[in-house]
Amino acid sequence: MNAVIENLPRFIEAFGMTLWLLATSGVCALIIGTVIAAMRISPVPSLNVFASVYTELLRNTPLTLVLFFCAFVLPQLGSRLPYEWAAFIGLTLYTSPFVAEALRSGINGVAVGQAEAARSLGLGFMQSTTLIIFPQAFRMVIPPLINVLIALTKNTSVAGGFFVFELFSAAKELANANGNAVIAILLAVAAFYLVVTIPLGILSAHLEKKLAVQR
Amino acid sequence: MSASVLFDTPGPRTRRRSRIASVIVVVLIAAGLAWVVYTLAQPRDSSGITLPGYFDASRWDIFVLAELWVRIGGGLLATLQAAAVAAAMALVIGVMFAMLRTSVHAAVRIPATIVLEFFRGMPVLLMMLFILLVASTGAFWAVVLALGVYNGAIIGESLRAGLAALPRGQREAGLSLGLTRLQTKTFIEFPQAFRQMLPVIIAQLVVLLKDTSLGYIVGYNELIRTTMNNLGSSVGNRYLFSLFLVTLVIYLAVNLSLSAVARRLARRRSPGKILAKDQITPTASISALGAPTGNPEDRTTE
Repeated sequence: MNAVIENLPRFIEAFGMTLWLLATSGVCALIIGTVIAAMRISPVPSLNVFASVYTELLRNTPLTLVLFFCAFVLPQLGSRLPYEWAAFIGLTLYTSPFVAEALRSGINGVAVGQAEAARSLGLGFMQSTTLIIFPQAFRMVIPPLINVLIALTKNTSVAGGFFVFELFSAAKELANANGNAVIAILLAVAAFYLVVTIPLGILSAHLEKKLAVQR
Repeated sequence: MSASVLFDTPGPRTRRRSRIASVIVVVLIAAGLAWVVYTLAQPRDSSGITLPGYFDASRWDIFVLAELWVRIGGGLLATLQAAAVAAAMALVIGVMFAMLRTSVHAAVRIPATIVLEFFRGMPVLLMMLFILLVASTGAFWAVVLALGVYNGAIIGESLRAGLAALPRGQREAGLSLGLTRLQTKTFIEFPQAFRQMLPVIIAQLVVLLKDTSLGYIVGYNELIRTTMNNLGSSVGNRYLFSLFLVTLVIYLAVNLSLSAVARRLARRRSPGKILAKDQITPTASISALGAPTGNPEDRTTE
């Protein structure tokens, strides 16, 4: 326990990096994912194909390989980004297709009668999507999006294997330095992760119940 | 395509406009790709020395060596081995967790819930490190045990959701026939829940396969570690990009074929009449593509 308290500043520093990765790549993945989802439902076929190829490619590549590319292959190609930014790019790329899929399944989840009703009232494409479908899809999309963010929180740990000092690398470093307190240190790191993931999980479950549309 | 409810069947003018937009997008994407390929293929100056482009033969000539492919095959085999053992473990643990979590006794249910939440909220990588340092089992078992427990927790949750979605009559019928609660659960409810959730479970197993790559970080010689680390250092940095592309293609081939199996199972799934109105997945689709809904992968955790 002493080892944990003595190294508290180091833990906080690492936790800060984890939160930074979560916030920046979370926001960027939400933006890119929304664009991809919009492409996926757009009437232009080539945009559809591009979006689905992007989604399938990234979803079937292990995160380790994506981060490896950003950390080791990109410098070979001439990039001079620090490892933190490489990890940020990798996590953003990896998370964006999951965001897109969550959004798409939310839109698909709106009952088809809603769209038919809107169309039969004479609303156009823009009107029926923005006034009828998106407001309903939005509620269904929030819990899955939170789950994507929870997964991202856990995935930031992989960046620890690529020279970013966040919670996982802190666990490794401090466990090596304090051989007699390995369990305490690892449990402390787990607690830091749980502080983020469990409240998010509770929030997601709560919203799912609250926002459920009665049909 | 024409079945979309969101917009009218396009007339000649809209069709023309959409075709033009399509062509523009295709040209833009092709130009982008061509630019990337062209840039990579250019020889580059690096502090006075001219390095050959990335598609130059001198960066690919090692791939004719049979020995190299034997080593890559060994890496792939190690990945598949770890994934297979961990998948078997995850299924067993998943069934166990689902049983414990749906128990009628609060003394069983509540601790099981807490343990489950703990495992679900923690990164797999941290679990691997924990097993590696505390149990000192060696890298293989660290990877396998961590993946088994983590994915077991997630499969357990989805099985629980499957149990909860069953009509109550199933359980009541079992109990009224004189089966005990445990018998009802194992012989009546579980087989149905398992079948209902099969696509989700298989999609989660694809995730598990992808996650074996974390072995790279904890020192298990799986595919990425074999190609990028071991081979990368023995043949030199000039082949790093080529090796990366080969690794990527292998992973995509394995994962895409597994995902295809999952998708076919999802389509073939016929839950039977009892469940028809209790489908967990939404059945209506208003996407322009009319894409199949209830894609199993939508509901997995990465």
